[in-house]
Amino acid sequence: MNGLATLIGAEQALLAALILPVLGAACVALLGRAPQVRDAVLVAFALVTFLTTIQLVAPVAAGERPGVELFEFISGISIAFEVEPLGLVFALVASGLWGVTAVYAFGYMRAHHESNQTRFFGFFALAIAAALGIAFARNLVTFFLFYELLTLSTYPLVTHHQDDEARAGGRVYLGILFGTSVALLLLAVIWTFQVAGTTEFQGGGILPTELTSGVVLALLALYVFGIGKAAVMPFHRWLPAAMVAPAPVSALLHAVAVVKAGVFGVLKVIVYVFGLDTLTMLRGDAGLGGRVVLYMACFTVVAASVVALFQDNLKRRLAYSTVSQLSYIVVGALLAHPLAWLGAALHIVTHAVGKITLFFCAGAIQVGAHKKKVSELGGLGRQMPWTMGAFLVASLSIIGLPPLAGVWGKWYLVRGALAVDEPIVVVVLFASSLLNIAYLLPIGVQAFFGEPPAPSDGSDVAKAPQLCVVPLVLTAFLTLVVFVAAPQIGSFVEGAW
Amino acid sequence: MSEHLPALQVVVPLLAAPVCFALRNAAFARAVCLAATWSSLAIAWTLLRQVLQSGPISYALGGWPAPLGIEYRVTVVGAFLLVVVSAVASIVLLYDRGSEQQRLPASRHYLYYATFLLCLAGLLGIPITGDLFNIFVFVEISSLATYALIALGRSRRALLAAYSYLIVGTIGATFFLIGIGMLYQMTGTLNIEDLRQRLPDVLDTRTVLIGFSFLVVGTAIKLAVFPLHQWLPNAYSYAPAKVSAFLAGTATKVSYYVMLRLIFSIFGVGFVFATHRFDLVLMPLSLAAMLVGAIAACYQDDLRRLLAYSSISQVGYMTLAICLANVQGLAGGIVHTMNHGFTKSALFLVIATFVQRTGSSSVGSVAGLGRVMPLQGIAFLVGGLSLIGVPGTAGFVSKWLLVLGALEKGQVWVAVAMLLSSLLAVVYVWRVVEKLYFGEPVASASSEDGESEAPGPSGSALWRATPTALLIGLVILLGIWTEPSAEVALAAASELLGVAR
Amino acid sequence: MTATSGLWMYWAIIALMMVGLYVVIARDNLVKKVMGLNIFQSSAILFFVAMAKVSGGTAPILTGGEGTAYSNPLPHVLMLTAIVVGVATTALALALTVRIQEAYGTVEEDELAREERLEDRSLSRKSQ
Repeated sequence: MNGLATLIGAEQALLAALILPVLGAACVALLGRAPQVRDAVLVAFALVTFLTTIQLVAPVAAGERPGVELFEFISGISIAFEVEPLGLVFALVASGLWGVTAVYAFGYMRAHHESNQTRFFGFFALAIAAALGIAFARNLVTFFLFYELLTLSTYPLVTHHQDDEARAGGRVYLGILFGTSVALLLLAVIWTFQVAGTTEFQGGGILPTELTSGVVLALLALYVFGIGKAAVMPFHRWLPAAMVAPAPVSALLHAVAVVKAGVFGVLKVIVYVFGLDTLTMLRGDAGLGGRVVLYMACFTVVAASVVALFQDNLKRRLAYSTVSQLSYIVVGALLAHPLAWLGAALHIVTHAVGKITLFFCAGAIQVGAHKKKVSELGGLGRQMPWTMGAFLVASLSIIGLPPLAGVWGKWYLVRGALAVDEPIVVVVLFASSLLNIAYLLPIGVQAFFGEPPAPSDGSDVAKAPQLCVVPLVLTAFLTLVVFVAAPQIGSFVEGAW
Repeated sequence: MSEHLPALQVVVPLLAAPVCFALRNAAFARAVCLAATWSSLAIAWTLLRQVLQSGPISYALGGWPAPLGIEYRVTVVGAFLLVVVSAVASIVLLYDRGSEQQRLPASRHYLYYATFLLCLAGLLGIPITGDLFNIFVFVEISSLATYALIALGRSRRALLAAYSYLIVGTIGATFFLIGIGMLYQMTGTLNIEDLRQRLPDVLDTRTVLIGFSFLVVGTAIKLAVFPLHQWLPNAYSYAPAKVSAFLAGTATKVSYYVMLRLIFSIFGVGFVFATHRFDLVLMPLSLAAMLVGAIAACYQDDLRRLLAYSSISQVGYMTLAICLANVQGLAGGIVHTMNHGFTKSALFLVIATFVQRTGSSSVGSVAGLGRVMPLQGIAFLVGGLSLIGVPGTAGFVSKWLLVLGALEKGQVWVAVAMLLSSLLAVVYVWRVVEKLYFGEPVASASSEDGESEAPGPSGSALWRATPTALLIGLVILLGIWTEPSAEVALAAASELLGVAR
Repeated sequence: MTATSGLWMYWAIIALMMVGLYVVIARDNLVKKVMGLNIFQSSAILFFVAMAKVSGGTAPILTGGEGTAYSNPLPHVLMLTAIVVGVATTALALALTVRIQEAYGTVEEDELAREERLEDRSLSRKSQ
């Protein structure tokens, strides 16, 4: 790895990481007639992208901030990229899980005999490119540009089946994501530019200190709700709607790239546009009003968990679980305390590996056992031990049991909440963990210890393709790895200020 | 040679028109027409660069100096409009050679080119002349040619559309004429620069106020300001496809220029906004246009009507910019003439191609065409995104400036209304996009697998694809490279407002 | 430029203008609309000519006499152009009317509207 690091400079690595997925999409489009070659090339691109992104770790850890400016958009605003620790972590998660998901997707799409696979993989690669663009954006305009590109490039994935259900799901997906971003986020960005004279992300924030707390609060609400991908209620409905997509899409995009792009955006805006001090002051100044957004996110945490409890469709249950978990991160960001912020940043990683495993499992169950409902999964663990085993492990990680990754995020979040004296948040976090147990754990337990709903006649032995099972075991294993590696990630991210 | 460019800008298309007429051959006429439009574009571009470098150019027509003779005066905003108009004309003219969409028999097709050139000459004359009465003459030249062009539409309703546009348009132009008379009566001059100097002495007379009203209402009719927009949907829906594309990108834009000159160059911000609070009239109308136009577009069943109502909504953005009356907002309005012009022309061309294939222009008829005609489908998508104002497309740049202008003025609710209208644009654009990609093609020419390609483009399909591709390319280019659009518009806005950048 | 006693002509012009506009709006017959339009345009032309008149002035031809008052020639020149425009507009409008008569068999607006409604209905039936 160190040998490679000398091969290309950090700036080139940054550009390469952005361009490679686009090239990958182009190659996929060209190789549509030879699926085997196409798939191999795609995995190669994913790996190279991941490796290139890794190249950036050493320089960034050393305090460098490699950046590239593409061109000036309107005077004073340019489309530009800069790598900072948080963005790099998000980029690593997105690009690293891309390859894993690609392998999984081969198995899933083949076994499901899905049509239009070339289009699927092409837009998949474009979505990754957009996610990386978000990760490395140096200013709000660049962020906004790639944010919208991500929405657009994932729309064909969500509506992949092109039937009425997909169309309806796509409408909600696009309507909410476009609606919030065009009506709220864009206003927030332009407003920021108007009051601050810049849209560059800067440690400590860019908002001038003389702004009234009313304006700051309005901006905060515009950002948090405007970044619809963060799925804070009432703008969460796109996430369950997007579950009409094939499982790999749900896995990568709606557990990793899209939703994490949203919460990553919130984190980034809080630190680099508002600055933690501004938010702390806001809480002091505006009293209850200053906490409205925070409590909305807390409400989302609990409410989404409760809704998840009553979903029988496995993917929908996971979707609501995601809505709830995303708001953990938003809560962490809004607490405006370094510890809570760290917890939020870690939760991006830990939730990503956990949730992608769960979605992989849901897809594998669909392919292997043709089951979509939670109530049908009893006893499945004996037929699909690896899949259900991974499901159990990932569930425990989401719940937050050591030695699995999920514990870290919650640990720091709770410490942060205690540090800023927000008992309500602490209560919410614990309540939500209990709800997590209630809606996730029974699935895994029933699979191993429950009885099958109907006596199996032995003819339809559930079996998922190897290409599906290997990635999900791998990501389940990653939850362990991340648990061990979390302190390193934490200290790396702390370099953000 | 180069000092005569302002005159050539109008004279080239004006003289090419009778040449086309004399040639009596469609192919030759087309060649002449193409040469004239593209050289207009070259002239306009050169003029714009000259103006940006060395300030406004004054040209005395026929050698008579300004107060006596007619002065041609190239300003930044004028040169910008010249580029927009001639670029749209040049590109749209490339679209197909055939007369499939028209009533004219092929043997008389040369007349189409002659009329087109006359219309272009009129539209180019308006932004370049420095004489108010001359503006009226050019407005009438372009309007008369426009009525004739609209009447060429294939459906017999084109005749009615042209007739009612003629009536409304003539009333508008006559209003304009009466307004000119009142100003002349009070100042004794028709030259815009002179008017600007002499008007302040008589600004508080009622004659000037009434003259202003006549001028503004006359222009507003041509600009299709809500609620004077009734002529527009019919005119755009029933005109030949190429003509709709041309008009959508030029006609209202030039009227917008006239409005800008009236308010900012002749009467001045103080008179219009401070004394008479014209913004209290125009602002609600603009907001209504933005929202009502967009809502109406959502309910249209005909693609071209949908685009026409969308145009009314977009005109609302532009007139809103006038009310903002600050550099950012006004620049947003000015740059929107270019961004929206290119976008709308491209969309009309795409629709024209769809109509040629399916024979119908209803929203339902494009079902599945996105897969059969991938390039046209993508073109519609990009154009639609530009209407919405998604970053990376030209529409975003205008919206950025407009919203910035509104916030600068402290009018958050105006910014919110603008963004709401964009949301409505999502609805009406996506209605079509969904049809393009989800439905099954009516005349089933699709293969069972979307991955295999559509039949290769034939010769005429290539002709049709080129201008669309050019315009869409410009839409994307101007979305990320704003030096020729937004920067010029900012300069133009500062010039109009008389502030240094 | 005008004496106060000369203001009556502006009232006449305004009356003419209103008559023209009324005809354009209220008449259903397309030819009559064109006539109304002509009256309306004429009022504008008269307006220009009227304001060019200088009381006691003669035709603006240099006769050499010092101190002769001339009427303002410029509005007349402008109105020559306006008349040409008006004639062209009328010609085009009438040509369109002829074509409408050929296509629809009528030039009455209410009948044209009926025709359109019928056409719409048959179209929508076809598409169903």
